[in-house]
Parts: sequence; C-alpha cells; structure tokens
Amino acid sequence: MATRRRTRQQQMQDAILYPLDWIEERSGLVGAIRYFLFRKVPGDVNWFQTLGSATLTAFLVQVTTGVILAMYYQPGPTTAYSSIQRITNDLWAGWLVRGMHRWGASVFIILMFLHMGRVFLFGAYKFPRELTWLIGVGLLALGLLEGFTGYLLPWDQTAYWATTVGININGTGPFLGPFLAQFLQGGRYINGDTLSRFYSLHMLLLPGAIFALIGLHLWLVIRLGVTSPPWSKEAAGLGPLPGDPVTDGDGRVV
Amino acid sequence: MQPSREHRPSARPSLWPWTFALGVVLVLVGIVVSWILVAVGAVVAVAAGFAWVRGLAGAGTLLRTGEVEPERRVEAPQEDGYVPPRPERFPRSVFLELSTLGLGGVIGGLVTVPALGFMVLPPFLKQKFKSQDVGPVTDFPEGTWVVTTFMADPAQGEVSRKTAFVRNNGMLGQYPSFTVISNHCAHLGCPVQPNGPLLGKGSPFGDEQKQYKDVTLIPALNVAGFGCPCHGGAYDTEGNRTAGPPVRALDRYSFSIRDGHLFLGAPFSVSFVEGTGAQAKIHKWSLAFPGEHVHGIESWLYPIQAPH
Repeated sequence: MATRRRTRQQQMQDAILYPLDWIEERSGLVGAIRYFLFRKVPGDVNWFQTLGSATLTAFLVQVTTGVILAMYYQPGPTTAYSSIQRITNDLWAGWLVRGMHRWGASVFIILMFLHMGRVFLFGAYKFPRELTWLIGVGLLALGLLEGFTGYLLPWDQTAYWATTVGININGTGPFLGPFLAQFLQGGRYINGDTLSRFYSLHMLLLPGAIFALIGLHLWLVIRLGVTSPPWSKEAAGLGPLPGDPVTDGDGRVV
Repeated sequence: MQPSREHRPSARPSLWPWTFALGVVLVLVGIVVSWILVAVGAVVAVAAGFAWVRGLAGAGTLLRTGEVEPERRVEAPQEDGYVPPRPERFPRSVFLELSTLGLGGVIGGLVTVPALGFMVLPPFLKQKFKSQDVGPVTDFPEGTWVVTTFMADPAQGEVSRKTAFVRNNGMLGQYPSFTVISNHCAHLGCPVQPNGPLLGKGSPFGDEQKQYKDVTLIPALNVAGFGCPCHGGAYDTEGNRTAGPPVRALDRYSFSIRDGHLFLGAPFSVSFVEGTGAQAKIHKWSLAFPGEHVHGIESWLYPIQAPH
C-alpha cells in the first residue's frame, strides 16, 4: 500500500519535472542554474556579503524602469523637457517609475561604494580575486558614467549647466581634453546632438558594457567562491579540493 | 582547471615593484617640475616593470602545455611501393585559417571604420559659427552695457540661446568700436552675470527692453564687472579676471557692421586686456574650452585646439 502510494507520488513528480527534464536534456541549463545558485559558501558569511547582490538588484531596477521610461521619453532639443513633464504629471504612475529611476540611480551608486568598502575591509580583493576587484572598478566607472549621461536627459536648467561644467572639466584634460570635450558634446556647445548621444550612451552602450562586466564579475565570484570574513577560522572560499587535508569542525587536521 | 588557493611559488621578494613605483612618482612629479624628469621616470618605470614581470614569470606559465615528442614516420617505401607524402609546409588548413582571419578582418574593417568615423568626426566638422544679426546699431547706446541674447540655431530651439554683453564704445578714429564679451565663464563655462542692476520686464529699475526678431536686448546699469554664480569667478568690465578660479579673461565675439546692423561673428579667447574701451589692447587667441590656459607655461598642456 505504502509502496504503491510512493510510486504514485514518484510518477506525479516525474510528470511535473518532465518539462524541466526536457530542457535539461537538450541544453544543460538546469544544471547550469543549479551550479550558479546552489554554491558552497563559508559557514560564517554575514549580511555584509549581500551588498553585491543588492547592487545587482539596484541595477536591474534601473534597467527595468529605464526601458519603460524610454517608451515615453522623446529625446530631442524641443521635446525632451516636455516629455519628462508629461511622464511626471500626466501619465498613470509615471511619477512613480521616474522617481524609482531617479532615486534608484543614487541607490545604485551608494550600494556600489558600500560593496566596494566591504570587499576592501574584508580583504576579499586579495589573491586569487584581484581580477574580480579590477572588473568591479570598471563597473564603478561605468556606473558613474551612467550617472553623468543620465543627468542631462531631463533637459532642464540643472541638467544643462551641470553637463556644461562636466564636459568642460573633461576639456581641461591635458593634450586630448579639448577633443574629448568636443566629441562628448557633439559640437562646440551643448546642442540637440549632445542630448541624443548622451541618450544613446546612457541606454545602449553603457548598460551593454555593464551587463558584460557583471557577467565576468559573477563568473569569477562563482569560480573562486565567496571569502570568509577576516575573523573566520575557516579556509576562505571553496569547499575542500581533492587532495586537501581533511579537517574537523575547528579547522584541525584530522 | 580547478582554481588554486595559493600563489604558485614565484621568485623571491624583490625591489622591482618599489623601483617601478619610484618611476611612476618621478613621472608625476616631473609633470609639475620638468619634462626631463618625466622622461627619466618613464624609462625607470618601464625597465623596472619589465624586470618585475620577468621575476614573476620565473615560476613558469600555466598556459604552456607539456613537451610532446613529435611523431616520426618511417620514410621507407612500404611493401607495395607506396611512398607516404611528406607533410606539406603550407597545408590547406593553415591557408583556410589565415584566409578566414584575413577576410574577417577586412569585412570587420569595412563595417567598423565608417561607423566609428561617423561617431567621431561630425562634432569636428562644419562647426563654423554663423554670424548673428543682433539688430540696429542705434539699439546700443554709447557707454551702456546691453545684455544681448540670441538664438545661434533656431532649429535647435532654446538650447542654442547664447548671451553676449555688448558695449558701444563710440568711435575709434573713423571706425565704430564695440566691446562684445561672451557670458561663458573662463573657469568651467557657467553663465557670468553683470555686477549691476538689470533693466527689462519686471525690473524695479525700469522696464526698458528691446526685441529684434529672436534677439532680446536688456540694458544694465552701473556695471562694475562680471561675476559667476557657480564658483565665484570675478571679472572687470574688460573681462579681465580679478578673482576666483578662472584661468584667463572672458572670451569675446568678433563683430562687424552691415547696413547699420551689428553682427556678432566667431568667438575667440582672450588671455588678458590692457587698457579699456575703444583703446583696449586685446591679447587674442583661438577659441579654447573654459578652464584651458591660453598663455603661459600651462598652455603647453593644450598644444592643439579642436577644429571649430
């Protein structure tokens, strides 16, 4: 009786898992996702080690709200400002989505710095994770560029003068500065082309680059494992490798 | 391959990283002090960096596979008289590999070069300033500063609005003289303001204001100089810097008079101005971005201006 019930339960589970099984057989994706999500981490990780995931979440919020804002925003020297007014004042929940994007931008930057501080104070940038740190620095730079290019898009007085000052600071760079400034600006002064090239950078080039670097960053996190806190008695990162000495719970070699 | 948990055994600790750091410090100090020091620092840094990496590489590389004894074929004819062909020096596989890479490179270049050119070049081409008609000369009373606002490119809308401070200096010999100062601060490009009350609509000092097509003319009273609201740059009435962070005097517009109208032409940069009004001697330079020195040793940092 019990056996037959168990068998029926088994059959039900198999039937439910069949579609996943079908995908796994053809792609190996289920295994890959399992490899990504169900990793061994040191027993004494703490909440500070969730800052990286928090930063990723903030970025995904920016991507989602940004894609939707782009459906209503009209980048053009005579239309940009009024379309932002329409988003904020006329469209249903436009104020909310724009607010999420606007404040989420600050959250993203702040979280990047907190995450960076955690990695620094835990010494998690040391061998073999130097490359993860360097890619993170690249992500920080791209994130700040997102902030710089996004700031122009409301096309109001603040946007105009902040971007003027920002571009002119680039212009004071030695030798190539004037060329960099004129390239960024799309001309000698801020004009309609400045807006559309900042828009293009803000929503195509920079997010694409950020996605690519996040991919590399995460791959290294998965490959190298998560560090233990500095006060930990456990060895950092990975579970035991073949050939490692077997230890008991207190780290003594058995 | 499993990631390793420890550094591979490498060369003993050496002084090369410190020497490398010293080279970098010499370069940075040299930028301020002397170009010779920059060159010396660069040589030190490159040499020490190479030695450092060579030391690190002493432990060998992960990328080199083990040596494999090459297979040897017996060249003697087999029993049926068949002689196996010698391996070719340039086999078909190498040809296909190289031609794929070569063709791919050519196709990639054909696509990329025009696209990158389209991205980079337009901001540097056709940037000539179109001269602007700002109205009859009689709208500019002698000795009065007039805040002149015009649209440099009406198709672009309000964003192309520019402001110049225009003062009619009267006649210099047989030619009329104007001082036409740009409102772009020479620090980082914020809009400088006249230090003195403005007339115009809503002003308690009088609503005197003129309009000519897109151009708005607002007179200012008792202008004592110009000031920038962003970072406190201050200028006298000739645009010379008197205080704050600006690195040179305010830019100016060239001007011409046609059919009794004042036209503003291409702007230019000014290091400083001697004298005032019609007698002013203007030290003129090609237009530079705000924050760039146009004379003195710091101007060596900007040897070439972008074309405009």
